[in-house]
Amino acid sequence: MGIVKTSDLVYEYIRRDEDGNVEGITTAVDKVNLDVTQGEFVAILGHNGSGKSTLAKHINAILNPTEGTVWVDGMDTSDEEKVWDVRQTAGMVFQNPDNQIIGQVVEEDVGFGPENMGIPTKEIWERVEESLRAVGMYQFRKYSPNKLSGGQKQRVSIAGVLAMHPKCIVLDEPTAMLDPSGRKEVIRAVRGLNQVEGVTVILITHYMEEIIHADRVYVMDRGKIAMEGTPKEIFSQVERLKQLRLDVPQVTLLAYELKKRGLDLPDGILTAEELADCIMRV
Amino acid sequence: MLRDITLGQYYQTESVIHRLDPRVKLGGTLLYIISLFFYKNPLGYAVAILFLAIVIRLSHVPFRFMVKGMRAILFLLILTVGFNLFLTPGTELISFWRLTITKEGLQTAVTMAVRLTILIIGSSIMTLTTTPNNLTDGLEKMMGPLKIFRVPVHEVAMMMSIALRFIPILLEETDKIMKAQIARGADFESGNIFKRAKALVPLLVPLFISAFRRANDLALAMESRCYRGGEGRTKMKPLVYRKRDWIAYGCIVLYLAVGITLGRLVWTRA
Repeated sequence: MGIVKTSDLVYEYIRRDEDGNVEGITTAVDKVNLDVTQGEFVAILGHNGSGKSTLAKHINAILNPTEGTVWVDGMDTSDEEKVWDVRQTAGMVFQNPDNQIIGQVVEEDVGFGPENMGIPTKEIWERVEESLRAVGMYQFRKYSPNKLSGGQKQRVSIAGVLAMHPKCIVLDEPTAMLDPSGRKEVIRAVRGLNQVEGVTVILITHYMEEIIHADRVYVMDRGKIAMEGTPKEIFSQVERLKQLRLDVPQVTLLAYELKKRGLDLPDGILTAEELADCIMRV
Repeated sequence: MLRDITLGQYYQTESVIHRLDPRVKLGGTLLYIISLFFYKNPLGYAVAILFLAIVIRLSHVPFRFMVKGMRAILFLLILTVGFNLFLTPGTELISFWRLTITKEGLQTAVTMAVRLTILIIGSSIMTLTTTPNNLTDGLEKMMGPLKIFRVPVHEVAMMMSIALRFIPILLEETDKIMKAQIARGADFESGNIFKRAKALVPLLVPLFISAFRRANDLALAMESRCYRGGEGRTKMKPLVYRKRDWIAYGCIVLYLAVGITLGRLVWTRA
């Protein structure tokens, strides 16, 4: 079994009126089957309201499934006794960097998770140093989080999760509130973790550019998994992506349009270099 | 800049007093304040002022920063002195119009003024030399025994430090909302006090909504990082007494001994 696995996961938001009567039910996640192996970089893509964040919250045991099961490293997330183990195994980074930094100094914030786990003081310091180095924020360890840029704050949040030594990190739209350079910074840090430290990464996003380096991509729409495959396989279906209201990267779109006009190009071109190469060959 | 506002009035510099354990400073300040109420003669106050002068010297904080703290209580000081001066019955010294100053009144007024002044300066040394964060840590540790009486010591300390963390963020947000409302024609500056208070409503409502949203997010983030209260939690920066802290305790005890012995001597001139 993989590190994260869901089987027929269903989650319903129940809306109630003031007297507590059920007004309506929204199915946010509808029969989702996910299987992520240790060390993989998986991206989950979807536009607003596709249920991707709800799915993410299940992996961290913040939400419990209405139907179906979620396993994290073999542990059932709805098992009350395992909640803290699940959260330690699958760490979570949220969207707004300001609302997830607890410490008043960078290093104190990174130490927050290990403190909660009851790690001895000496080891906390070792973990803090190693995590801050892994995201390239060690020189900022004495700074106040208020003095950092968005991308830097988000890297501190990632370090905070990393210090808990998780096997898997779930990032719920970590770049949605950042500027382009901050976005690149964060994605680079995330890729580093995956490749150097071997941490399993589940990246939830609606930016297509960020999934190019993923091993596998799931595309969600209205709570269901609409597409699954490697980034190349996903990007070769430009029409389908447009239907799902997702923006195809400019390079891919250009290649697609060229091909439609009769140019002999392969499907699913992801980078400018790749496109240039192919055009040269034609 | 709004961003630069810090709670309290911490003065950043290097000194022995800055490096002391916050528990020593908290306890010392408390004992010092209590000691001021024991003195019966000027000698006690002289000892207190001498002790204070030494501490100020050691703290490397410019004296004017402490005087700044005095401005806030100036009105209270004048009021206290005034009441004591004119309303204490006793041997008449000077009398004009309906007011009389008595010998006893003069004595109490001066004592009160001196007492209040050194009390304020004494406690401002603590806030000037301790970061709010450190202070919270010290309070948590000192109040620890209260847990037996089910006082949520850890929770209160956690709340305080989260509040400190979010003050600059919320200030910045207030600034942003204010500008947004001004851009849409809101007027925060003219009119009488009631009008101005009313003008704050469109500022406070979005601010509160956003604060609640942040609180919700933060709670989620804390839970997902395995926060489950103070039970079984270790500290990254535990408070440990060092040699200098014990020396400081020694100094405080010494001061108390000298001060109370001298300060409670009864003048027997006869």
